[in-house]
Amino acid sequence: MAEKSKEQLVQIDFTPPSGDWTDPRIDFEARKGSWSYPAAAKNLRYLGLPNPRDWSPMDADWKLPENWQQIIKDGLAERLAKYRSLKLFLDICVRCGACADKCHFFLGSGDPKNMPVLRAELLRSVYRNDFTMAGKILGHFAGARKLSPEVLKEWYYYFFQCTECRRCSVFCPYGIDTAEITMHARELMNLVGLNINWVIEPVVNCDRTGNHLGIQPHTFKDNVDFLVDELEGLTGIKVAPSINRKGAEVLFVVPSADYFADPGIYTFMGYLLLFHELGLDYTLSAYASEGGNFGLFTSHDTIKRLNYKIYHEAKRLKVKWLLGGECGHMWRVLHQYMDTMNGPADFLEVPVSPFTKTRFENTASTKMVHICEFTADLIHHGLLKLDPRRNDHRRVTFHDSCNPARGMGLLEEPRYVLKSVCNNFFEMPENTIREQTFCCGGGAGLGNDENMEMRLRGGLPRATAVRYVHEKHGVNLLTCVCAIDRAVLSTLMEYWVPEVGVSGVHELVGNALVMKGEKPRTTDLRGIPFAGGEVKPDA
Amino acid sequence: MRVVSSFLLVGALALMAFVGAQAGGEALLAIGLPYLAVAVFLVGITARVIGWARSPVPFRIPTTCGQQRSLPWIKSSPLENPSTGLGATARVLLEVLTFRSLFRNTRAELKEGGRLVYSADKWLWAAALAFHYSFLVVLLRHFRFFASPVPAFVMWLQGLDGFFQIGVPEVYLTDVVLVAAVGFLLLRRLADARLRYLSLVADYFPLALILGIGISGIWIRYIGKVDVESVKNLAIGLVTFRPAVPRGIGSLFYVHLFLVCVLFAYFPLSKLVHMAGVFLSPTRNLANNNRTHRHVNPWNPPIIGHTYAEWEHDYHDKLVAADIPLDGK
Repeated sequence: MAEKSKEQLVQIDFTPPSGDWTDPRIDFEARKGSWSYPAAAKNLRYLGLPNPRDWSPMDADWKLPENWQQIIKDGLAERLAKYRSLKLFLDICVRCGACADKCHFFLGSGDPKNMPVLRAELLRSVYRNDFTMAGKILGHFAGARKLSPEVLKEWYYYFFQCTECRRCSVFCPYGIDTAEITMHARELMNLVGLNINWVIEPVVNCDRTGNHLGIQPHTFKDNVDFLVDELEGLTGIKVAPSINRKGAEVLFVVPSADYFADPGIYTFMGYLLLFHELGLDYTLSAYASEGGNFGLFTSHDTIKRLNYKIYHEAKRLKVKWLLGGECGHMWRVLHQYMDTMNGPADFLEVPVSPFTKTRFENTASTKMVHICEFTADLIHHGLLKLDPRRNDHRRVTFHDSCNPARGMGLLEEPRYVLKSVCNNFFEMPENTIREQTFCCGGGAGLGNDENMEMRLRGGLPRATAVRYVHEKHGVNLLTCVCAIDRAVLSTLMEYWVPEVGVSGVHELVGNALVMKGEKPRTTDLRGIPFAGGEVKPDA
Repeated sequence: MRVVSSFLLVGALALMAFVGAQAGGEALLAIGLPYLAVAVFLVGITARVIGWARSPVPFRIPTTCGQQRSLPWIKSSPLENPSTGLGATARVLLEVLTFRSLFRNTRAELKEGGRLVYSADKWLWAAALAFHYSFLVVLLRHFRFFASPVPAFVMWLQGLDGFFQIGVPEVYLTDVVLVAAVGFLLLRRLADARLRYLSLVADYFPLALILGIGISGIWIRYIGKVDVESVKNLAIGLVTFRPAVPRGIGSLFYVHLFLVCVLFAYFPLSKLVHMAGVFLSPTRNLANNNRTHRHVNPWNPPIIGHTYAEWEHDYHDKLVAADIPLDGK
């Protein structure tokens, strides 16, 4: 936990320091708790990334390659020529400041360089210096900065202090997306060997074993079997998911945390119960056992490299279409990158729900359906027997995960599902949900322990909104459709609003689902008794 | 200070024009520089747009601000989350014509105990809109100098703008609004500590310049009235490429004209290119139809991840022991 107390953490001073922002110096020693450890050399070696070495941000010498400035300048030139987004976003910002207080890290820390506009200026000032006429001639007067070692260190600090949540982009009059700036800044830093281990190790794991957590296939099966046994104990029903089975209709891909740790496992149990009750012909894959993609926090090439497995495995298993579990950045990749990078998926069929016969025209090209779309369609057609009273011990609110909200627009589907499976649903204040949702504070690879103070600060806006509905409506469960959320929000709630738990949407589906042949159920999937003991299904 | 140097710079430019006009530099100020400035503007803006257009859009990355189009019974937001090209065009127009995103602006405040509250903050939106539209109307009104007879829409605009018929010559509403809005945007930058911290000379200079243009324009229209007939002759001469050096317009007119020239020339080199750039923003001008239509990356690199065959090779014995089917079995 953070060394500072809650009272200290909320003493936030939004007044910027008296000096000039162009001064890049950062005291990493004094700011422990607000930065992440660098990537281990062995992990860079595995991925073939440049400059593997042992180093610490607190060292004076970061052991950069001799010509690091040239490497970054060339890297920036290459990216400017490849990405209109980057070039345009570096050129057209007018520094109106509309984005300033939209960033959760700024709101939680008061650090002016966490204002999205200034975060981008850290890179823009170097771009000005090297690539624009005004910057070349007027230099500092035009807001240009030379790429000094201190500037690079400042990049490391602040571009690994952005969760790529895109909230600022909603408010920007030109749609300037700091996620895009951060992604490119991280790519540039990768070129000289600046990366964080919490991102790079999952990438290595995912490439090697199939998932971020490094779970090998036999353990994957063990974990699934364990959850199957748990479900049998709770419901009396033995569900039978298959792994790497050829010829199934559907390949189901989830974020690995869903079969690894509390509370994701309960969401996974919810999926399994639903599929069993429906009789869905699906398979899991131990090879494509990760829907999430930490490549998104590394580089575009790495996104592609990790994402490659999903279509590759779908083709090998000869499934007809793909279904994806609850995960935020996973869906940014599946929705906005997968088809472009690794498509076309012409070996698959346009997904049709075998139960409702709904043809998911919105996935005609990628052939991948979000589980909330799938379930909402089932409920809409009245195909599920649901008893929302089984969630009466829960007073529920919903946290829109950044990527499904702002990189997709999945807003109503999870709400429709939630309102069908529970009786007590309350929205958080409108400036904190839907497209204006606040990040959990630990996305984009920042959900590690060494970065805890910044996580708790960044999560403050979300926590404040949860506390509001907790106090007003007695909310005690924060639901979400994201694996990183489920992990990060749990810590966040424990710290800021300990009365509120965290769960996925399909955990509540699993609770409410009345199944054929189930034994009398008295507890939810966590073993917590239903309000009023056993809830008998209506006749 | 950045704001002071910006104003000093504009002051120096104004003084240069004033002195230049007095010293017989009318030909340069009235003919040479306007042609040069317009040329720089046109070539510069074109070059910038071509520069952006030459970089491809490898990924379709709209920022979605509303419900996606998914199931037919769920109402989607065709403007905030367009699923068609037409919708995306409408979204951009809404942005350009009404400053949709700025309209969303909120102000966050930290209350006791770390409670954050958000309230609507439309001031920036209102001032920005007032500034841009009044600037547009002022610009269009100036067409009365460049065309003879004056086009009907200019007459109409002029009538509307002088609707209140206050003073002689009648006061144009947009003159007042323009200066007031620019003044507000400037004061906002100065009053807000965060904005002051992040603002560059490149932020103050255009404001000072436009304020200078506005004030000098108002001066020569309402106070130090210049010979409008001569101005019109000059303007017509310029647009018909038969320019003649005017006589006796008054030096303050050249201050106004010179500052306008500076603005035109400065435009493509500065953040003011947002005027053209806003149309190209990939988070706004693309439809969120990613799962229905494949977006092609022209430089899609050939990357193959860890293949299934390699993976099966790596874990062969463990797969067998765990009874997970191997390929071909």
